[in-house]
Parts: sequence; C-alpha cells; structure tokens
Amino acid sequence: MKDVKMDITAGRNYLNETKGWKSWAFTLDHKRIGILYLASITVAFFLGGIFAMLIRLELMHPGRDIMGPDTYNQIFTLHGAVMIFLFIIPGIPAALGNFTLPLLIGAKDVAFPRLNLTSYYIYVVGAIFGIYSMVTGAIDTGWTFYTPYSTQTSTGVVSMTLAAFILGFSSIFTGLNFIVTIHKLRAPGMTWFKMPLFVWALYATAIIQVVATPVLGITLLLLILERVFSIGIFDPAMGGDPVLFQHFFWFYSHPAVYIMILPGMGIISELISVFSHKKIFGYNAIAFSSLGIAFISFLVWGHHMFVSGQSELAGMIFSFLTFLVGIPSGIKIFNWLATMYKGSISFETPMLYALSFLFLFTIGGLTGMFLGAMATDVHLHDTYFVVAHFHYVMMGGTVMAFLGGIHYWWPKMFGKTYNYFWSVVAAILIFIGFNMTFFTQFILGSKGMPRRYYNYLDQYQPLHAFSSVGSWVLGLGFLIMAVYLIHSLLKGKPVGNNPWGGLTLEWTTSSPPPTENFSETPKILHGPYDYDKIAVEPSI
Amino acid sequence: MRRGLGNEMNHHIARPEHLAHHFNDTEQQRESAKLGMWIFLLTEILLFGGLFLAYSVYRAWNPDMFYNAHKHLDISLGTLNTVVLISSSVTMALAIRFMQIDKKKHTAAFLLATLILASIFLVVKYFEYAHKFHLGQLPGKYYTYTGIEGTNPHIFFSIYFAMTGLHGIHVIAGMSVITWLLIRTMKGAFSSSYYTPIELAGLYWHLVDMIWIFLFPLLYLIG
Repeated sequence: MKDVKMDITAGRNYLNETKGWKSWAFTLDHKRIGILYLASITVAFFLGGIFAMLIRLELMHPGRDIMGPDTYNQIFTLHGAVMIFLFIIPGIPAALGNFTLPLLIGAKDVAFPRLNLTSYYIYVVGAIFGIYSMVTGAIDTGWTFYTPYSTQTSTGVVSMTLAAFILGFSSIFTGLNFIVTIHKLRAPGMTWFKMPLFVWALYATAIIQVVATPVLGITLLLLILERVFSIGIFDPAMGGDPVLFQHFFWFYSHPAVYIMILPGMGIISELISVFSHKKIFGYNAIAFSSLGIAFISFLVWGHHMFVSGQSELAGMIFSFLTFLVGIPSGIKIFNWLATMYKGSISFETPMLYALSFLFLFTIGGLTGMFLGAMATDVHLHDTYFVVAHFHYVMMGGTVMAFLGGIHYWWPKMFGKTYNYFWSVVAAILIFIGFNMTFFTQFILGSKGMPRRYYNYLDQYQPLHAFSSVGSWVLGLGFLIMAVYLIHSLLKGKPVGNNPWGGLTLEWTTSSPPPTENFSETPKILHGPYDYDKIAVEPSI
Repeated sequence: MRRGLGNEMNHHIARPEHLAHHFNDTEQQRESAKLGMWIFLLTEILLFGGLFLAYSVYRAWNPDMFYNAHKHLDISLGTLNTVVLISSSVTMALAIRFMQIDKKKHTAAFLLATLILASIFLVVKYFEYAHKFHLGQLPGKYYTYTGIEGTNPHIFFSIYFAMTGLHGIHVIAGMSVITWLLIRTMKGAFSSSYYTPIELAGLYWHLVDMIWIFLFPLLYLIG
C-alpha cells in the first residue's frame, strides 16, 4: 500500500491525472471547474476590454472618429453588460473562489460538485445568449435596461435580458454551493474563526448572490413579459410605473456591486497579511465587516434614484444608509493598514496589486460618499464623475484584487513561476494607465461632462484625449501580462508547495494539488495568520 | 465521480454507494443537501417576492379596480384548487413517512397520489384560464373585456397571470421531479437509510403549496 501511495503523490496532480477534452468538459473537480471559469471570464474581460478601447478611441475628439452614434450606444452597453454579467460578477467567486475555497477549508471538493459544473454550463449558455444578442442587433439601453426605453428600442433587449437572467442562475448556484460548503465541509478543527478571511468574504458574497439575484430574475422576467406581451406593469401609457423597474433593478444591482467587491476585499486580506509577514490586524472586525457590508447592501438601492422622482424623505433615508457602508469599508482599510504597520513588507507582484487596491479603492470609496450625499449627487449625477467613481471601485478595487489573486495563486494553480521583472512592469503600467484613464474622468465629470454621450463640447477635448491615451497604457500593461502568463504556462519553472510562505491550508499541499486536494485530511494546528508564532520558510 | 486511490481505498468498502467521495459520512451529506435545499427555497421566495411587491404597489394605487376585477375570478374553483394542493402536500408528507419505515410500495402509491392531485390542480387552472381567454380578460394590451370598472383593469390580469403562471410552472417542475422519484422508488433506489431526494422534493412541494396559500386570498378573496 505504501508503494502505491508514493507513486501517486509523485508528479500526479489534478491537471495531468486524466487527459482529453472530455475529462475537462465533464469534470466535477472544483479546481478544473475554477480553471474553466477562469479561461471563460478572461475571454469576457478581453472582449469587454476591446469595447472599452473602442469607446475611448471614439471619444478622442468631438464628433465622429471611428463609429456613428448608434453603434456607440451599442458598444458602451456591450462594454457594461459583458464586464458586469460575464466578467466581474462570476470573476472572483466562480474562478478563484471555486479553485481555492475547498483548499482553504481543508475539504476535498465543494458540497455539490455536479451543481458546480451545471452552474458553469449555465454560465456558458448565458454567454452564448449574450453573444447571440450582440451579433443580431446589439442592445443600446445601457446595461441597466431602464424602462420605458428598453421596451421601445428595436435592439435585442429580450435576448440580452434573457442572457442576464440565465447568468443569474449560475450565480445563485455558485453562491448556494459555497454557503453549504462553508457550513458543512470544513476540516475538523477548522472553526469559523480559524477560516481565512477570503472564505468569510466568499460567504458574505454568497449570501448576497442567493438573496439578491432572484429579484433580478423576476425583474428581467417582467421586463421580457412587458416587451413580448405588453403587460403594462412598467409602461406609463398603460398605467404602469417605469420607476418601479428602477427599484426592482437596483434592489439586485446595488447588492451586486458588493458581490463584485467583497471577494476582492477577501483576497486583499490574504495578500496584506502574507506579504507583510505579520498577523492580520483585527481578524474579527474584518470578518464581521464583510457580513455588515452584505447586510447594509440591501438597504441602499435608492441612492441610484435620487433624481428619478422618489420622495425627498426616501432620498434622505437612502442617503443616510449609504453613508453607513463607509463604516465597514473603513474598518477594513484601517485594519489592512494596521497589519502593514511595522510589518516586514515584501514587494512581490501580488502585493503590488494589493497596494494598488488600497490607493484606488480608497479613492473610489470616498468619491462614493460624494455621490451618496443628495445635494452633491444632483450636480454629479450621470456625469463622468460617476463613471470614474465606479471604475475606481470596480476596476481599481475588484480587478486589482483579482489580478493580485491570480498572481498569488498562479503557482498553486499551475505549479509554475512567472517572470518577476515583467510582472512588475505590467503592474506599474496598469496602475499608471488606470489613473490616467479614470482620474481624468473625475475632473471631466465635475466640469459637467455627462456620461454615455457620443458628442461633447470642445472644452472637454484635451481631458478626453488624455483619458484615451491612458487606456492605451492600461492596454499595454494587460498585453504584457498576457505574454508572461502564457510564457509561464509553457516554459515556467516548477515551483515549491509554498512559494510565498503562507500559513493557509492550500500551501500545505503540492503545487498543483492532487485531485483529492490533500493526501490526508489536513489537521488545523494554527490560525491562518499566525505569523507571530510560526516561522515559515518560502519554498521556491 | 473520480475517486482518489490510495488511502481512500481502505475505507471504500464501508462507504455506501450513494455517498459522494467528498463527504465523510451520510449524515454530513444529508445535512448538506438539506441546507442547500433550504437556501434554494429562500431564492424561490425572493423570486415570488418581486411579484408580491408588484401586487402590493398596484393594489395600493388601484384598490377599487382590484376589488372589482377580483370578482371575475371563480372563488369555488380557487377553493377547490386550494384543497387539492393542500391534500397533495399531505400525500407528499406521507410518501416520505412511509419511506422512513421502509414501506416502499406505500411511498410509490402516495407519490402517485401527489402527481394525480397536482394534475387535477392544473386541469382546474386550465379551465379557469380558458374562460378568461374566452372573455378577453387578458394581460396588458391583449385585454379586451369591458365589464370591469376602475382604472387599468388589465394590470390586475397582468399580475394574476404572472403570479399564477409562474406558480403553475413550479407545479409542473415539481411534477417532473416527483415522476422521477416515483420511477426511482419503484426501482428500489431508496430505503429508510437513504431517502434524501424524496425529502428535498417534499420541501420544495410544500413551498409551492405555501405560495398558493398566499396567492389564493390575495387574488380571489379581496374584501
């Protein structure tokens, strides 16, 4: 028996154990499903990125540069819809979460592996609907599908909303799977407060996915009924209320913002502690602030509707509740800073992204406060200020955390190293390019440049041009990243089990892990961040 | 399902066939499945929640129209369907109970009874729908009936058809699951030591029943 065991641990892992496309297409292994998601969302990110570059190119000068106004409306809608529904919502939970969650809690798989694969295929079907919609008369409503325009436009609203409806199920099933996994499959000794903070973040995210997404489902279903059968619920001409659609939509879509950012915050908690070689400061506070954000996220949807004709009292209440989100978010930021304080910080690539996150998310969060205040919002509503704000949160926050997570777990996923020099170059270019592109838009917005406009006054031209050049720097950064990551896959050097010196469980198994994750059920001997008690030597 | 070799092989023999590789024991598997089902039911409630909200908003805005329009629903058929659906919940519960004491034939019989009751529900619903189609009491722009006073009576029927239609789809989904369970039960797939799928389908079926219990007074019994 011992010989057999030696044989299987040597060189056998989840990537090479079975071969052929069927072993991937029908895999029930959470790690392979995570990789499938990762590949899919990378394609979506690339697609959405191309749309973004086209938007920026068109906005170089007032008037027509490369496309007409109708095409422009379609392109910015597609950029939003693809980035949100196909990339950023499934992004961290379904790709990185799927791969790491069972490893982090010492389980062999998620609770429902078949459901996990099903949710991937539902995602694929949703994506196909989305692409079908793009090819056959792409939607031009903006990703928010506001009525009454969305019931009148001749573009493919039904196919795109159906795509989002289907993708919602994928998201619900992932969330459901994660909640049950976290409740029931933790290794013996892995108590709630010994869980890595990324797991807490995934848990809070999963709650939002499960509670908010069905409401989007029924909203989109009603929108489809409205379009196909003219049921009149959202149509003012028939006694319906278009603002009701906005309530429905934002009841999901504001919590969805936290589906996007919470898992990112979880990754940052891991990165900051590991690369500061210091125990995380305020573990409980960070864990509970994730749940706090999840809870408050359901109570703030009205701040999207300050100028939609909701009552002033409702506006004031929503404004107040919106400010509350700043508390748990601030708790996290200060705890991360306190973790770094007097830590021994190493500037590995993932840490560069974590630091980018701290800068950019803080700016994104604080400008969110401007927009949460009613009087300022009336001035800034639907300007580039809003665009800049949510790109600082979504891209400066979530995407930076996602990239940090990719670089952090890459050696575990594929057992390979990537080029340090080029990864640093890419990280710096992305940071600079991002700020060039989007900080400019804060200025544009505060000067009154409205969002979604095809044309603009000459006075905005220099800033628009600067923003567009920034998008090229950003694109170059991603291009370099693509090159060195592909190079790593093909020619990267093999890496040890624990290249960063982390204390969480995924670093105790081999890189890449075996199909069953751990050769034996892991024993929990210490907390996830006990760097003060245990000295870990990175093994490269 | 792939299974790691080596150390797992030792206790492989002790593992029941229905126990998936990543669970330690049947208890863990059963509890996970149940928790998953409860979360799924929560999502169902929220899905219907949107419709209940739409109902509340439009009823608050048009109380008289809702009152007038609801008179055109057939209370006796609604009551009949309520009784039918509650009875089907009882037969479903009995099906589970008999599997717990290994009376598989009884379980099969009660699953069949549940299916029959669900079919009766749909048949009654069909007659109700057909009548409304005939009169033109239809949603939105298809509404051609003229006998209801108040503003925008088509909204009532939009909501009526959306709510009962979505509920009906859930009944059909439940029926297909119960049919599958019936076949599996007759093939002997379940026993008192493993009947989780029937239990979960039961939970789902009770929820479908519960939603109807709310729909019935809200739509048929407006006072």
